[in-house]
Order: sequence, then C-alpha cells, then structure tokens
Amino acid sequence: MDTVTISEKVEKFVSTLGKPLDESRNSAYQHLLGLDFPTSRDEYWKYTRVGKISKGGFKLPTTQSERINLNDYIVANDYLVIENGIIRSDISQYSKLNFDIEFVDGESVQQFDNKVELNKDDIFTALNDAYFSKAVQIKISQNKVNEGPLQIIYVEQGEGFVANNRIQIIAEKSSSNEIIQTFVSKDGSSNFVNHLAQYYVEENAQLTIHTVQNQAETTSLVSTTQVKQEANSTFRINTITMNGLLIRNNINIAVEGQNCETYMNGAAVTKGKMHVDNHTFVDHQVSNCMSDENYKYVLGDQSTGVFNGKVIVRQDAQVINAYQNNGNILLSDQATVNSKPELEIYADDVKCSHGSTTGQLDEDAMFYLQARGISKDGAKQLLVSAFINEVIDSFSNPQLIDLVERLIEKEHGWSF
Amino acid sequence: MAAYTEEELAKELQNQEYEFGFTTDIESEKIPVGLNEDVIRLISAKKEEPEWLLEYRLNAFRIWKEMEEPDWAHVNYEKPKFQEISYFAAPKKQYESWDDVDPEMKATMDKLGISLEEQKKLTGVAVDFVMDSVSVATSFKEKLAELDIIFCSFSEAVKDHPELVKKYLGTVVPSTDNFYAALNSAVFSDGSFCYIPKGVKCPMELSTYFRINEAGTGQFERTLLVADEGSYVSYLEGCTAPQRDENQLHAAVVELIALDDAEIKYSTVQNWYPGDKEGKGGVYNFVTKRGICHTNSKISWTQVETGSAVTWKYPSCILKGDHSIGEFYSVAVTNNFQQADTGTKMIHLGKNTKSTIISKGISAGQSHNSYRGLVQINAQAENARNFTQCDSLLMTDRCGAHTFPYIECKNNSAKLEHEATTSKIGEDQIFYCLQRGISEEQAIGLIVKGYCKDVLNKLPMEFAVEAQKLLTISLENSVG
Amino acid sequence: MSKTLLDIQNLHAEIEDEGKAILKGLNLAVKAGEVHAIMGPNGAGKSTLASVVSGKDGYEVTDGSVSMDGADLLEMDADERAKEGLFLAFQYPVEIPGVSNINFLRTAINEIREYRGEETISAKDFMAMVREKSAVVEMDPKLASRSVNEGFSGGEKKKNEIFQMAMLNPKVAILDETDSGLDIDALRIVASGVNKLRSENNAIIIITHYQRLLDYIVPDYVHVLADGKIVKTGDKNLALELEEKGYDWITDEINA
Repeated sequence: MDTVTISEKVEKFVSTLGKPLDESRNSAYQHLLGLDFPTSRDEYWKYTRVGKISKGGFKLPTTQSERINLNDYIVANDYLVIENGIIRSDISQYSKLNFDIEFVDGESVQQFDNKVELNKDDIFTALNDAYFSKAVQIKISQNKVNEGPLQIIYVEQGEGFVANNRIQIIAEKSSSNEIIQTFVSKDGSSNFVNHLAQYYVEENAQLTIHTVQNQAETTSLVSTTQVKQEANSTFRINTITMNGLLIRNNINIAVEGQNCETYMNGAAVTKGKMHVDNHTFVDHQVSNCMSDENYKYVLGDQSTGVFNGKVIVRQDAQVINAYQNNGNILLSDQATVNSKPELEIYADDVKCSHGSTTGQLDEDAMFYLQARGISKDGAKQLLVSAFINEVIDSFSNPQLIDLVERLIEKEHGWSF
Repeated sequence: MAAYTEEELAKELQNQEYEFGFTTDIESEKIPVGLNEDVIRLISAKKEEPEWLLEYRLNAFRIWKEMEEPDWAHVNYEKPKFQEISYFAAPKKQYESWDDVDPEMKATMDKLGISLEEQKKLTGVAVDFVMDSVSVATSFKEKLAELDIIFCSFSEAVKDHPELVKKYLGTVVPSTDNFYAALNSAVFSDGSFCYIPKGVKCPMELSTYFRINEAGTGQFERTLLVADEGSYVSYLEGCTAPQRDENQLHAAVVELIALDDAEIKYSTVQNWYPGDKEGKGGVYNFVTKRGICHTNSKISWTQVETGSAVTWKYPSCILKGDHSIGEFYSVAVTNNFQQADTGTKMIHLGKNTKSTIISKGISAGQSHNSYRGLVQINAQAENARNFTQCDSLLMTDRCGAHTFPYIECKNNSAKLEHEATTSKIGEDQIFYCLQRGISEEQAIGLIVKGYCKDVLNKLPMEFAVEAQKLLTISLENSVG
Repeated sequence: MSKTLLDIQNLHAEIEDEGKAILKGLNLAVKAGEVHAIMGPNGAGKSTLASVVSGKDGYEVTDGSVSMDGADLLEMDADERAKEGLFLAFQYPVEIPGVSNINFLRTAINEIREYRGEETISAKDFMAMVREKSAVVEMDPKLASRSVNEGFSGGEKKKNEIFQMAMLNPKVAILDETDSGLDIDALRIVASGVNKLRSENNAIIIITHYQRLLDYIVPDYVHVLADGKIVKTGDKNLALELEEKGYDWITDEINA
C-alpha cells in the first residue's frame, strides 16, 4: 500500500478517536488520512477558520440509555431522537405507517451515496464516512402526501464528543412532506457535531426541510447537505441559527431535472463570539428551472456572519430564473459580516440577480418608533423582527414558529 | 449628448478586421530574451538609473522569484514563459523635437488617429506617446510647465525629479503586492509620470497612448501620478496594439496618489489585440492599478475594456483619508475567445468614506467575462457607504458571465448595497429596432451602448466617442 | 386606378417549434390611399398577421406570399422590410434603456436613407423634423430626448409610435391595437395624428378589437379575421354592426 503523508492536524484529530472498529470503514479511514483541514487560503473556507474543530481532542460517543426530557423541543407527533450522533429508538416515537425509517450501514449507505453523490474530498464528509454509527434512511413513499411532519431532534450531551449524524432521505415520486430538524443541547459543551444529510427528491415530489440550530455556545457544527432534484420537483430548505460556537452550513443542490423549483431561506441571530457561515450552491444543469434564496443575518457582540451563495447555470440550461438576496444588520460595532453572492452563468436565456445589503437598523425608523413612545430596546426588537420575519414565516408550521420564537427569546432575550 | 455620430460608426463598421492590426517596421534595440539579475542591471544601466532604483528593481526581482503566478482568477490560458520574453525594446533613434520623429512612426500614429499635430490643433490634449517602452514624443510640455505640472516619461522623471519618484514609487503598489506587480517593479521599461502641484487644476486632459509594437516584447509600463493637495487632474489612457499571432504579455503598474482635497479622474479605453476568431494570439493584460485617497480627496476610475485575449485587472482605491471618495465605472466587452476577470477593490479605512461601483459586462461569442470586486469596510471606517451595481449581458448561448463580489464589513455604521443582474440581450428590443429599419448589428450596438450609458457618460467627451466605436466594433457578429 | 401597395395571398403561417397553424389562407390587397381595418375576436390571428408581415422571428410561413409595392417581403429580413417602407406600430412598444429616442430615430432614418442611396440627414434638418413631427401627435419634444419608451405612460408610448411613423414616412403602416390602453383624449390625439399622415401615396392597416378607434379614423374597408382567414369584408358600417352584435354571428354564419 502507498504510504500517505498524514497531516499533523489530521493525525492529532484521529488520535483521540482511534481507528474505526468496523473493518468496513477502513477504506474511508484511509481516505480521511490523506486529507487535511481547510485553511483560509482555500477559497471555499476564505472567511471561516476551523481551528476550533481541527485542534481535535474529541472522543467518540457511546450508546446512552437514560431518558432525556425533550418536551420543550418537540413540535411534531412523529419524532426521532439522535443523541451525539447515535440513534435513540428507545425515546423516539413515530408512525411506521407514514415513515419508512431504517437504520443502516454498509451497502445500503453506499447505494444511497450513488444516488446523491458526496464530495469525498471534503474532510468533514470523509470524517463522517469513517465514523458515523448508523445512517438514518427515511423513505417518503410514492404518492404519500403530507402525512408528516417528521421531526428529528439532534441532541448533544456531555463534553468533548464528536457526533457524526448521517441522514439519507428519499422523497419518492409525487410525494410531499416536511422534515423538521432541531439541533439542541442538553447540558452539552465543547462538542463537535458533524452533520451529513443527503436528500433525493424524485420526480414531482415536494420536500421541505426546516432546520433549527441551537447548539451549546461552546459547540461547533458543520452541516453538509447534499441534494439532488429530479424533474418537476420542489425542494425547500429553511435554516435558522441561534447559538453555537462555529456553525458552518453547506447546502449543495444539483438540479438535474427540468421544471424544478428550489427555495432556500436562512436566518442567523448571533451573540458573543459566534461565527455563522452559510454556504449555498445551486447547480442548474438543465433548462426551465427557478431558484430563490434569501438569507438574513442579525449580528450582535463580537460575532461574525458569512454568506456565500453560489448559482451556476450550465451551458444549455436555458430559461433559468435565479434570485439571491442577503441582508445583514450589524447590531454591534464589533460584529463582522462577509458576504459573497456569486453567479456563474454559461447559458444565455437566463434571468439571474442578487442583492446584498449591509447596515444597521434604519435610524429614521428607530426614531419614528421612539417618538411614538416605544423604548429604544423595544424599537430595536420590532425592527429586527420585521427584518427576519420573512425568513421565520417560511417555517410555516405554527408549533415550529413558536419554538423558534421561544428560542430567540431564551438565547437573545427578544420577544417578537 | 446626441453628438455621437452614427454615420461615423456606420463607416467604421464596414471595416471588420482589426483596425489597428498592422505592424510598423522600425529598427528596435532588444535585450536578449530571459530574466536574471544581469538583465535587470543591464536595463537599469541602459537607462542610466541611480543606484537606489537598481536596488529597488533587484529587490523586486528577488521577491518575484519566490512568488507563484496566481490562478484564482476565472481565466484559462497558457502561462507565459518568462525566460522567453525580451524585457526591453526601445526604438533605436531618439528624437529631440517632433520634426525629428521617424516619418514611418508618424504614419503609424496617423493610422491610429492620434497624430500629434492634429491633437495639438484640434483637441488641446497633451499626448505622451509611448511606442513600446520609450516615450518618443511629448507635447504641451511648456504650457504645463507654466503651471509647474510635471508630465513626462518615467525615465525622464527619474532623471529630473528623482526626489518625487523616490518618495512615491511603490507606496501604493508595493513590490510584494502580487506576482505581476513584482515582475513589473523588477523590469519596468518606461511609462508616464505626472505631478500636479498644490492647488493646481490641470487645464487639459492628460493622455498617454500605449501601443505594443515589438514582437515577443513583454511590455512593463509604470505609471505614477501624484496629485498634490487641492489639485485636480483628468488623465486619459488609451491602448491599441498591432495584430500578432503570438501572445504578448503586458503587466503594467499604475499608482495614483491623491493627497488631501485632490481629485484624480483616470479614464482608460483599452483595445489591445484580442486574438483572432479562433482565439489565436492576443495580448495578456495583467495589470495592477491602484490609488490612495487622502483626506477629502477623490479618485475615479473609468474604463472601457474591449481588447486583450486575457485580462486580469482591478483598478482599486484605498480610501485612507476621512471623507475620501472612490469610484469605479467599467464596461468590459468580451467576444470570440476573450477572457476577462476584472473589477475593483474599495478599501474603506477613513471615516465617512464613500465608494460607488458601476460595472457592465457584455459577453459574446465563446468568451468569459467575470466581475470580481471587493468592498472592505474596516473597523475604524465609521459611516462608510458603498453602492455597487453590477450587470451582465449575454449575447450568445456559448459565452459566460460571472459575478464574484466580496463584501467584508467590520463596522456597524456602514451602509452597503450591492445589486447584480445577469440577463440575455432583449430579443424584443432588437426586433423593435429592426422594424424601424435599423440593421441587426446597429441595433445591438445601440442597445449595448444604452446599457452602458451610465459608464460611458463618465468618460471625457473625446474618449466617449472612441469608446462607443470600440463597443460596436468589438460586438460585430456577436449574436448567435 | 391606384396601385396595390400590400398584397397578401393565401398566407399560411404557424408558430415555429410548436407547429401550431395560426394563419390559414389569408388574402388581403391594400391599395395606395386606402385605410383598412382588420377586426376579429381574440385569438383570431390579428397580431400574428402583423408579426408575420413585419418579419418577427418565431413564425414560419408555410404557404402563400406577401409583397409590398411589388417586392417580395417574405424574402427580406425585418430591417429590410422596414427600409422598404413597412412600419409597424407595436401593441406593446418595448423600452430600450439608455438609448435616446433621437439617437434611435436618427440611426433608423440614416440607415433607411443609405439603403435608398440618399444623403444622410444633417443634425439641423433632423432636429427641425423632430419638432415638426412631434407636433403631429402633440408630443412634448422633450420626450424625444428621453430613452426609447422608458418610463413613458401607456398614452405616451402610443403617441411615440405615431411620432416615429411620422418621422419615417412609411408606404404601409400597420397599427396593431394602437387604441388599447388609451383614454379618450389620447385616442383622439393619436387618431388625428394618423389622419394627418394619411395620403394618396401610403396605406394604413388598423388592427383593432374594438370599433371606437374607427370613429376617428374612418376606414375604407373593414375586414373580419376569424380562425386565420378573412371571413367577411365590408365598409365602416360592418364595424358598427360588429360593435352591436359581437363576433359570434359571423362565426355562426360561417359555420352554418
């Protein structure tokens, strides 16, 4: 076997994890050893340094059995609990009739990988490949419409764990459903959640993913989402981030069938030294599709927000409408935002646009509200809520919106 | 503004081949190809440069040797072989007065439409004509001298005003800045120097026409323009190059310094040979242009880019002083196999600094046209403002239009707006023109000029006319 | 007897790519000095007729001929047809940002003149002409310096179309739904402009859905276009009859 030079960082990182116990992960492990953590010299990671993760020292979680009270977070009748990357069937509850869920390994995972390809050279993907415990495969069966939603609760517990979630969802032909993902902490601290999700949206299917991210403030999260859309499908993904140390969301959508619609909404409300980075990539490979994206950041304290939205329209992918919008409000004079909305267009019959605005709250509006007797803080809250409400509204489910609002109040002291 | 004469345009249009694609037969003196310290010493010696400048060059060369050619731009080309380039070419004869100028060179200039006599008589534009690397004729010097304005070739400035050159050279674009800037700092052949004294408003547009002439000669121009406190200058730079089959490297450096309350308007019309319809030949244009704005000053870059096979160019402003203003107005047209990666950087350091970016990219043929721009608001830049509008027009289904804006904000009192659109040229607009009896080529010219109007309006009048001609010429046969 | 300016014979046309036949054997002869109105229900093919005759992309002529003053129009590009003297007043005039009306028209006039081997127009003569012709439609000459149709109201756009017609002085003018979107005052102004442009040497074809424009521009002939063919021809009274009874009776009559 060829000897690979292993980077110091990777060597250190895996030293506390050990070799995967399962022999079948050996090749994934070897592949991981050939990679390295990105630096800010990598264009894809220009504004996000991963030192907080690559410093290593994480350990693999073990199976737990004590009950966890998640009542505050449950917003759906059907829910699945994953603790530190390990499935907790014992405290999950869902209708097996509506959701065909399997916990798999090996060949089945491979088969899904063939449908929705991953970037194997991404170190976080490789890390997940080597260490995930079981993959959750969810099938929304053909023609099943709105039987959900299904909630997946990713809970972090304890200290210093790396949680490798692996989610594979297929929305079969002409199905329609919603998945709610809630990332929460129960006495967790200094963990690293390495989330990897693959969604396959078949013809005529509609899949909506709502994601609420509320990690412990010392925990980092890298979430990689790989999506493939077939003809006439609609995919929506809404993400709100409220707490965590370093949050990086990669959403890569390959639109491979005609007449597809793709919607991405995102919001980040930050405090302390949070760093929230949303990278989206829509790859329009075929004609007659549209995509629409809207990300809003409200940045407080010494936090940093990063937005990188990329749209590619391939040659011969004609009649594409693609819109991107990014709005940023800096609440503090020590907050930073980096925005990079990119368009790469190789076809001519397209209508693409992007807009990015950065500023503080409108002074005139602030004054107007204060002149009507509203306190400065109250006025601020009103304007901030007006700013991000269009994203929050996209969550559409009333219980979920209620949860989001509760969390914003809990984390940021704002009641909308 | 109805003065853009369409009749003239119509005539120009009939000439489909590259208008300035001829070469002039002038004896040139070349240094053997290749680059090492000895070549640099030779360049410096031939130009009778002072020791400090030789040291500056050698230092830059040592920096350059350690650097790698950048590959982040959205362009694809065969990297120049730096050891196969001749780093100095000068017409052998030097001239004392205009009358002594080689008649053949005069004829060349006539073809280029920039005959000095005509310029003198008709336009009142002072011309510092650069053929290959050495200035061969300069005019209006006396008139400028009355105002103590210095406008001369870079070599002359080194001889006559060394203290100014030494003070400002490399202060805006240091040798360490990038690969091509380092190369230029090591081997720059000649260029222009301009100094506007305190409080002086330069009464005429200063202009330099660049032209690459010698086959196999990379051109490394160096421009240094200093506007002292409270002064004003409008500087025009126009480029045409003869048709050649091999690629020619051009790596210029332009440094602008606007001291307190000064204003610099820098306009460029760039029409270097873009290669033929198969993408063969053409100029590589890897240019570093940057200006620094001190308190209350303003730098405005306006460019119309239609030429070059590969362009890599980001005229930028460092808004160091409070209340300073940076502007960037750009039209970039690419056709056939041209590739352009161009844009700007606006670095806001001072308080109440403002910047405006208007970029119009037009892609035709199988070309690729990218906008890459950075707006950076640093922590101490209170109340900074930026507005960016960046539009791309696609003419065929085989070309590409790309937008890569970088917006970095570290101050919460900033207000930044960025808008970008990409769309196809309107078929209904073309049909409307056709129905009024306007031919398709003319219709496209009209629509594109309308699309770029916000930028064209920023050009001085004499340049605006030339720019419009260029737009129409470069878009011939562009619709698929 | 005056000569035939526009002669359409057995015209069949379909939408390209879709293969959907719209015109199915249309015949129409228009002589110098005449005004013809073409009326018909929605979807009859009225606007398609205007597009096909003026040479818009996206239609395929499968049979028949169209000639203007003896020249075969179908062989020509759209701009050549215009240079030969065909004018189309658009139902929805497009906006061309950044291109002034004046620059636009001057380009057009000079190209047309060049085509005819005539001298180009001087700036002075051109401006005088702009002033004179804008009066025809009571258009503020300032509009002429604005970008083509950009930010124009619906009425201003239609006036601008007739102003351009006055400037270009065509042999055959087709006015496609010029009355749509006009209030009564604008309608009167536009109509009076068209009337001023009527002459023994040109011909005007008015495509309209409603009769009201014909109160102001009195046609010599009124044709009913239905299902891609001219199914009935009469004088101005036919328009009144249509206004009163609608189109159904004609289609019924044909089907009977």
